[in-house]
Amino acid sequence: MVELEINKIKVQAEEGMSILDAAKSVGIKIPTLCHMKDMLPTGACRICVVEVDGMRGLTPSCAYPVSSGMKVETNSPRVRQARKTIVELLIENHPQDCLVCVRNKNCELQDLSERYSIREHRFVGESKCHAIDISSASMERDPAKCILCGRCVRTCNEVQKIGAIDFTNRGFISNVTTPYNKGLNVSDCILCGQCILVCPTAALREKSSLKEVTNALNDKAKIPIVQIAPAVRASIGEEFNIPLGTNVTGQLITALKRLGFKYVFDTNFAADLTIIEEASELISRVTNDGSLPMFTSCCPGWVKYIEQNRPQLLNHVSSCKSPHEMEGAVLKTYYAKKTGINPDDMFVVSIMPCTVKKFESNRSELSEENLQDVDAVLTTRELVRLFQIAGIEFEDLPESHFDNPLGESTGAAAIFGTSGGVMEAALRTAYFKLTGNELTNMELKDIRGFEGIKESAIDIDDKTINVAVVNGIGNVGPILDQIEKGESKYHFIEVMACPGGCINGGGQPIHQKPEKIKKRIKVLYEIDEKMKNRRSHENESVQKIYDEYFEHPNSNKAHEILHTTYINRKDILKN
Amino acid sequence: MYRKIFENYEKNDRSSLIPLLQDVQSEFGYLPEDVLNEVAEYINISKASVYGVATFYNQFRLTPLGKYVIRVCRGTACHVKNSANILIALETELGIKAGCTSKDKLFTLETVACIGACSIAPVININDEYYGRLTVKEIPKIIKKYKNAAKKEEELKTVSV
Repeated sequence: MVELEINKIKVQAEEGMSILDAAKSVGIKIPTLCHMKDMLPTGACRICVVEVDGMRGLTPSCAYPVSSGMKVETNSPRVRQARKTIVELLIENHPQDCLVCVRNKNCELQDLSERYSIREHRFVGESKCHAIDISSASMERDPAKCILCGRCVRTCNEVQKIGAIDFTNRGFISNVTTPYNKGLNVSDCILCGQCILVCPTAALREKSSLKEVTNALNDKAKIPIVQIAPAVRASIGEEFNIPLGTNVTGQLITALKRLGFKYVFDTNFAADLTIIEEASELISRVTNDGSLPMFTSCCPGWVKYIEQNRPQLLNHVSSCKSPHEMEGAVLKTYYAKKTGINPDDMFVVSIMPCTVKKFESNRSELSEENLQDVDAVLTTRELVRLFQIAGIEFEDLPESHFDNPLGESTGAAAIFGTSGGVMEAALRTAYFKLTGNELTNMELKDIRGFEGIKESAIDIDDKTINVAVVNGIGNVGPILDQIEKGESKYHFIEVMACPGGCINGGGQPIHQKPEKIKKRIKVLYEIDEKMKNRRSHENESVQKIYDEYFEHPNSNKAHEILHTTYINRKDILKN
Repeated sequence: MYRKIFENYEKNDRSSLIPLLQDVQSEFGYLPEDVLNEVAEYINISKASVYGVATFYNQFRLTPLGKYVIRVCRGTACHVKNSANILIALETELGIKAGCTSKDKLFTLETVACIGACSIAPVININDEYYGRLTVKEIPKIIKKYKNAAKKEEELKTVSV
């Protein structure tokens, strides 16, 4: 421990702690822009500068460790002036379009402008000019709004280990962009959107599908149908001032009905269906010497990653469509037939915590007779905008239930939204299918939590099934290397591209509250605990669909509608 | 052939990025995109990072040089003698900005801080030739001379074929 003085207050701090953290521990807030928790500091933005007694210049507090007897001023006139000037310079090189910006009222640059009471434009000069990159199906990059803090670059390189973007050029024209400035769609980007979550401004944002959805809702000839991913119900309340970690499923259904959706279904239904198909596929691979280990295929970011980087391993990926695509496919086939609705008239919208799902829904493989399984994908954030326009406030909303039959779900489906959840759900069902008995201890604590790679083994009859859960695409590399070398001991591997799983997806509400992931995950496990049925094979509507339509898991019909194929994108990107 | 360049460097060693890029440039005269991608794969860093470094340093270029490289001196002496207008005249005549190469790949236009020929300011240099005490009026004539020379060379080539 060292003792120092910050603003004349005596502070006890651990050795090696930054001035920034030491100040925080006694309630002194120092603003930051480039700083990222749990990562090495870069000291790039200089907004966190403080005055340290005996040092000539101002010191970036995020990058400077405390020492004994140090005297720090975080609020001297010199510090205030320096910070204010930094903010003013950033603002003058930034488009002045806050009123029509997607991040209006949720922008760190705007907050700093307010915090330092900037009321005039002191500097007028040239500002940078860059085209917006609209090349990808999921995301937009607007480099004119970029303040070069580098958080997206570090997230992409150090957390996700993709490296699709980096700083290029120098000085006034320096710019965060893709290789050869060619656009995200031809870069290594997997569209996970983690960069959007850390961007302080609107330089990175989702590609909006609000227009398509609004048009469909206005179109009298269309039957608008909506489905909700498990992770959305655990996070959307945050945007309506409901505390972190509140389950708002009931209100969400009411709100969607009020928006004009004729039917509100649950992606969790299809998650149960996915488990039945995926568990059967696993069993058939294990018993028939198929390609092992088998990977889950629910995460389109992961699928895009393996298509782009290791297409030689695509035979290890389950052929199951992701849950929301299964839901769409079932709606446009089984449900359309059952209800007599023309599938042409359906407009299926998925509410997802995810940006890649937009890309996925456009994949030509995911269609039934030239009709896309899902017509549009809205992120959690976009849905909030629709509710705001419609004047829907969550606090006063009564609760409703999902429509059926595609609204019934089990606890196993709820936990799909978090890292380890798909694996846990699959094992509950695979165990039953192989042994005829139910797994007694079905909460698999080994594969829950925040580790990068989680492992477990489960004895099924005389066979030990080794499983792994990869939490965040940045951790998948070593697992794939093992398989290529023929050294993998695993049978089944779950991969989710976003750290923490869908609950922390690139389409979720943007704020930097550190507790957000933990609290959202808690919601999902609570839903699971409270459910009467906690195993996918106990879903009666799913059982019925097999009786009436698919006959049995992995049947020809099931393959036609619920399974998909992948492509080698590595070669496509090369040319 | 150029893959030999890689043999001098260890695989997966990111610290060899800049020397590798220098070698690639001395082989090709610029940094071709597909070779850069191979560099990225060889030393195991992202394509975006390689591109970032290649655009950060002035010594690297991502487009091939033209047949004739025009360097406009923008040093103090030339500046006093109106080299700014010489540059504008060249940009207008060639239809390109400083730092660019013309569409027909004949001319690359660059500015330099001082050529070291202040006594004949304002001065430009095209490949090995120097043109001193220049006036804006002379620019079209000079460019035309090089265009004609290039044309003649092409004609000779076709005849010999």
